[in-house]
Amino acid sequence: METLGRKTAIVGVAESDIGRVPHKSKFQLSAEASRLALDDAGLSIKDVDGLFTIISTQGGEHSSMLMAEYMGIRPRFTDSTSMGGSSFVAYVEHAAAAINAGMCEVALICHGSTNISDRGGRAGPVSSKTEVYGPMQFEDPYGISIASSYALAAQRHMHEYGTTSEQLAEIAVATRKWASLNPKALMRAPITIEDVLNSRMVSSPLHVLDCCLVTDAGGAVVLTSMERARDLKKAPVAVLGTGESHTHRMISQMPDYTQTAAAISGRLAFERAGVSHKDIDVAEIYDSFTITVLLTLESLGFCKKGEGGPFVSGQRTAPGGDFPMNTQGGALSYTHPGMFGIFTLIEAVRQLRGECGPRQVKDAELALCNGTGGVLSSTGTVILGRV
Amino acid sequence: MAEKRSKPVPRPYQDTKAYWDAAKEKRLIFQRCLDCSKPQFYPRGVCSHCLGSRLEWLDSSGRGKVHTFTVSYRAPHPGFADELPFVIAIVDLEEGFRMMSNIVGCDPGIVRIDMPVKVVFEQLTPDIVLPKFSPA
Repeated sequence: METLGRKTAIVGVAESDIGRVPHKSKFQLSAEASRLALDDAGLSIKDVDGLFTIISTQGGEHSSMLMAEYMGIRPRFTDSTSMGGSSFVAYVEHAAAAINAGMCEVALICHGSTNISDRGGRAGPVSSKTEVYGPMQFEDPYGISIASSYALAAQRHMHEYGTTSEQLAEIAVATRKWASLNPKALMRAPITIEDVLNSRMVSSPLHVLDCCLVTDAGGAVVLTSMERARDLKKAPVAVLGTGESHTHRMISQMPDYTQTAAAISGRLAFERAGVSHKDIDVAEIYDSFTITVLLTLESLGFCKKGEGGPFVSGQRTAPGGDFPMNTQGGALSYTHPGMFGIFTLIEAVRQLRGECGPRQVKDAELALCNGTGGVLSSTGTVILGRV
Repeated sequence: MAEKRSKPVPRPYQDTKAYWDAAKEKRLIFQRCLDCSKPQFYPRGVCSHCLGSRLEWLDSSGRGKVHTFTVSYRAPHPGFADELPFVIAIVDLEEGFRMMSNIVGCDPGIVRIDMPVKVVFEQLTPDIVLPKFSPA
């Protein structure tokens, strides 16, 4: 299969203020992250001719129009594909295709969210709507939530493969160790497997420490052609392979509760990049829940189906382990504004540039990012490489 | 006195009116495609297997088994606060379709994957009856 041929590159990345940022709107967080990412690239907003964005929840309709207006750009390529937290990883594929086709030259992918400030806390009710129109009327009346949706998959995986809560907890513990090395991470105090198992049950078998944070945050990524990238401020990071897919929207429609669309998007990304699993030096896997990571590792083919539990055991994904993963502390411990995908890209680029200080993975040359969106519904996979 | 907390209530539409009308009569119905013969759930205006428009409604026996489940300790909506913890399950019906529901009428601690269940009907509002399941 024809590869993307290292023809496009990520040239700028940044996050905004993260955590609890009640004095800034989600639009401002997105725009400030964009300015910082353009600074990182040595470009300005005037250079941007392609915009890729989705704003979560209320006030996010017509996202690309809204953000273009907010930042004063009139793009010639615009995309607000809405597939949840994986959207931003999928946008890399869209942006690379648009740049390769000559439809835009500088692509800005951005996101901002004030999920925690909007909601007033992690345990707040997700919804107060009463009348349900559309297919969700076959789920909402039964009290489904995002956590319960992922829990349905976790329970089935345990049943089929004997996966344990301890194995899921390994992921949360390892991710917290990475967060302790990142000054920007929100949750940095070490935790143990027992801490995870003893934390409050949210939706069995998922405990509160199996669940991602809820925060405010913005992030942005800038792409351009490799030709133009070579003249910019920092060493370009090549887009080697990409893939995207989705298998369902509602959790009751998930074809197989133990496999995500990463089985499709991952295969495409590896084929197009022309690299194999053992070549990947660092993996950034959207960790909305511990089970998301386990299913994704299996679906991507890093281990066989059903072997995700043993694969993550013994703190294999922690600092010093032989499978460095979620090196900024992930959605579990670093930040999670509701759609985390863009932060997998930001960290992968920093790792490949060698900018990560105490959490730097030594000699990282190839990184894999995987975003998951909806309720294990959609995925985007991107493989990036140092040039 | 505070107003009773309401729960999410289905608003029937073109694709789903027949389903909710049947539920009101304590019948669980599902669609089968007259072109490809496959069952589907939730109800749609076309077949999700072959995109055909010739669909028939059939009555389900209401018997099935639990494919997977979770015990929810948190109310996603204020209307569920008084029922915690409650069981959400994916149920495989013997006619070959799959749906989400609640398992009620038992201790949440006894629910298991593959457990046989049967449909029960719960009046949600004067106009809407919600199919749920109990141990068979």
